[in-house]
Amino acid sequence: MATAALDPAARQAALLEFLLRVGDNTLILGHRVSEWCGHSPALEEDIALANTALDLIGQTQLWLGLAGEVEGKGRSADDLAYLRDGYEFRNILLVERPNGDFGKTLMRQFLFDAWHYLLLKALKGSSDTRIAEIAEKAFKEVSYHLDRSRDLVIRLGDGTAESHRRMQEALGELWPFTGEMFMSDALDAELVEAGIVPAPESLKAGWDEIVAETLAEGTLKKPADGYMHKGGRRGVHTEHLGFILSEMQFLQRAYPGATW
Amino acid sequence: MMSSEWPLWEVFIRGQHGLNHRHVGSLHAPDAEMAINNARDVYTRRNEGVSIWVVKSSEITASAPSEKGPLFDPSNSKVYRHPTFFDIPDEVGHM
Repeated sequence: MATAALDPAARQAALLEFLLRVGDNTLILGHRVSEWCGHSPALEEDIALANTALDLIGQTQLWLGLAGEVEGKGRSADDLAYLRDGYEFRNILLVERPNGDFGKTLMRQFLFDAWHYLLLKALKGSSDTRIAEIAEKAFKEVSYHLDRSRDLVIRLGDGTAESHRRMQEALGELWPFTGEMFMSDALDAELVEAGIVPAPESLKAGWDEIVAETLAEGTLKKPADGYMHKGGRRGVHTEHLGFILSEMQFLQRAYPGATW
Repeated sequence: MMSSEWPLWEVFIRGQHGLNHRHVGSLHAPDAEMAINNARDVYTRRNEGVSIWVVKSSEITASAPSEKGPLFDPSNSKVYRHPTFFDIPDEVGHM
């Protein structure tokens, strides 16, 4: 165990993997949320969601920028976002779920935000100062994301019969995708030991608490923990990611190096 | 559809400490708390504010446009009420 932790190459590989995981989460969710731009049910919600998407894309630039630096092969954040194929993406499956209706988008956002908030809070204390600094900045943005998505989940859950039904349905559909947030592998263990990242499973209790409290207030019933989908963190994705990438990467693929 | 069901709110933002809140626009929201959140997202995206006030548009009593003459014209001719004879040093900043 101690020898593995001292191997710089293994450490670097694990760090790169972690940065892709966290950066790909914000990239793919940011893209997903941006799909609402111009389509939200109210102008105010439209702008609020676009702000969230922009925050997430901004965080992506920092995470993937650092990933490129750690990799040391001269790849920029843009290179990593636009020129990797699906199997090279490390985001969890939850963030590539289709938007569905507005309620489902907000439920996905809430389930993610609650976890993202706890992750960044822990990363602020990372032994790697570059990671701690990015987390510090992102934490402020994500605290607001959580405030907002939590508030809306409660309002829609405890709203009309129709909004309640839709939120409960969204929760049921998305729940099997939440388990992946707390799964860990050998790469995580390497970084956890070095004090760089928190153990994924250590965030579960806090997340359970936020979620239970919010759902209760929104009169929503927490689904039972059954089978949990996984694979995104090691590059095994659902068919939805391909559609996202074909749209997101089209320009750079069709016109390599294009700028404006 | 939703917008027509939500009441209208007037938004006031204080740009920096020492300045007054200024009316910046209006928006729709179901209650005051969400009006504040929406105002944050709609009107402070470019670092404009340090404080937000929202007030229901229906709570504002406005002067009637037809009253403009009687209300405001009389002060125009009273030049001694206008402090236009002083040079204000730049260092004073906002007055």
